[in-house]
Amino acid sequence: MEAITVHEGTTIPLMNNNIDTDQIIPKQFLKNILKIGYGKHLFHDWRFLDDGRPDPKFILNHEERQGATILISGENFGCGSSREHAAWALKDWGFKIIIAGSYSDIFFMNCTKNGVLPIILPLEARKKMAAISPKEKITVDLPHQFVECQGEKYHFDIDSTWKQKFINGTDDIDVTLNYSDKITEFENSLPSFS
Amino acid sequence: MGKTLFDKLWEKHVITGKPGEPQLIYIDLHLVHEVTSPQAFEGLRVNNRRVRRPERTFATMDHNVPTKDIFNIQDTISLKQIETLKTNCDEFGIRLAEIGSADQGIVHVIGPQLGLTQPGQTVVCGDSHTATHGAFGSIAFGIGTSEVEHVLATQSIWQLKPKTMGIHLHGKLQAGVSAKDIIMALIATYGVDFGTGYALEFYGDTVDRLSMENRMSICNMAIEGGAKMGMMKPDQTTFEYIKGRKYAPKKMEEAIKYWQQFYTDSPADYDKVLEFDVSNLAPYISWGTNPSMSVPISSKLPDIADMNFQRAYDYMDLKPHMAASAIPIQWIFIGSCTNGRLADLQEAARVLKGHHLAKNVTAWIVPGSRTVKNEAEKLGLDKIFKEAGCEWRDPGCSACLAMNPDKIPAGIHCASTTNRNFEGRQGKDARTHLASPAMVAAAGIHGHFVDIRQKEVI
Repeated sequence: MEAITVHEGTTIPLMNNNIDTDQIIPKQFLKNILKIGYGKHLFHDWRFLDDGRPDPKFILNHEERQGATILISGENFGCGSSREHAAWALKDWGFKIIIAGSYSDIFFMNCTKNGVLPIILPLEARKKMAAISPKEKITVDLPHQFVECQGEKYHFDIDSTWKQKFINGTDDIDVTLNYSDKITEFENSLPSFS
Repeated sequence: MGKTLFDKLWEKHVITGKPGEPQLIYIDLHLVHEVTSPQAFEGLRVNNRRVRRPERTFATMDHNVPTKDIFNIQDTISLKQIETLKTNCDEFGIRLAEIGSADQGIVHVIGPQLGLTQPGQTVVCGDSHTATHGAFGSIAFGIGTSEVEHVLATQSIWQLKPKTMGIHLHGKLQAGVSAKDIIMALIATYGVDFGTGYALEFYGDTVDRLSMENRMSICNMAIEGGAKMGMMKPDQTTFEYIKGRKYAPKKMEEAIKYWQQFYTDSPADYDKVLEFDVSNLAPYISWGTNPSMSVPISSKLPDIADMNFQRAYDYMDLKPHMAASAIPIQWIFIGSCTNGRLADLQEAARVLKGHHLAKNVTAWIVPGSRTVKNEAEKLGLDKIFKEAGCEWRDPGCSACLAMNPDKIPAGIHCASTTNRNFEGRQGKDARTHLASPAMVAAAGIHGHFVDIRQKEVI
């Protein structure tokens, strides 16, 4: 997993609440058996017109927003389906950081597996970040747990284990396999009614 | 201080880790389907890893399968995904209920039906409706594909212990009001994220009286309230349901004795409690584009509260203050992991018997599994549905998520027994209205929603 420490980037605000993973990546794109290539389908139904052309009104299609790496959103981002394709699509499009009011639990976990950092900040702070110009950058400092926007620093909380995982880019399975003996020991203690 | 059902289950499964930090939790049962598993198996292959406990893993095909002609998958990418699951299960030694198998069906219907789901377990699946299995007194939750890979390789998962919320359901439901209405009413009252960060436990005299099928419908939609886990304590109803099923414990009495330790000592042990009286509850229907945008059938649609409501009204092509019963219905869908079990089909058949669908209404009835289909046919339900003008189909997820050929056409208002009314969920620009099986069936007869508590409507 790609590590994240300090990141500077431009933003895209999508301030709707409850953006569900069906919107982030509609089901017709879940049939692939790879983890890559979903970025071109990110927010497909919002992003493209019925004839397949990009909808010029949708912010992801705005010329001046291309290259943005930070998504600013509302409450309960990533709710609904557990599809990790949502995290893969956001990452593949180029997003490294999401700043929202809250996240669904499953989507949050999926982010921790893919190096997409989900930050929680209050609406006040997000409104300011959503209002800056397309070319203006904000800075996310994970080690010191703050987002800096127009000279103002906003502190965020994150569980220390997930924080270290993002900073180190750790592979979970490698870590867990170190506990193989403990897992075996646990399995030997399980009741059996067969 | 006592412990909750959830605390007891959690403690039984911690392999390592301190409270307050992510802990490594053992997984008793891992259910797998074709959509969220291929990348996980590929990850194992690339890293030369094996499945740690194939005998604790069970796979089926449900999301992609066509339900009109189940053996004829025309979409080559869907076919590839189906074939990939077969190859992966063969290579890694995993039991698979494939298309045509007697055990095939929606993953959350077949787990309980086969007796794989049992009290006291931890159950995961790469699907958010895994909470369904919590109805048996287990910790059951949906996971992403990276976590699927992790569980395949290690039979365990890192999780932060959530807080607990007890939802006290009390009172007797009126005739015509169902378990589906309870969970829809809870979400309409408390919102789509009231359960985020919590494990929900539903308890009380209302729950005690519910069948396992109805309990599953409630736990199934815990995720629609933001909680990835919803559970209920196991009781005699649970034990009776499991007895005699294919993978039920052989030493049933011993198992029951073990399962009986799993209950909440006192409501005071929850981090939070919600009281919910169901005795005056009306049937609910959804009008908008998330499950909290729902109202009792007897009421009018709400004001436009904010930009999210405006967007929902535009998408659904409805207006504030119109009567909920005036919403026109051109399609009905009965099925899914929420309401695709035999009891749900019986309920729908009870309403449809001797009636015919309104002119211009199309109806798809999709049993949750091959077994449900066979049992329904033994009871003659298929005849009732067909005589009413409905299509009787093969088992699968079908139009609940529409990633198979079953899609609701654009602009159509579909009364649906499913769990999500998101934009495009049942087909691009399709307009979903969630409701109970009886309410959906009655809407099919009338071409609009009706209050099934009123005798004259059926």
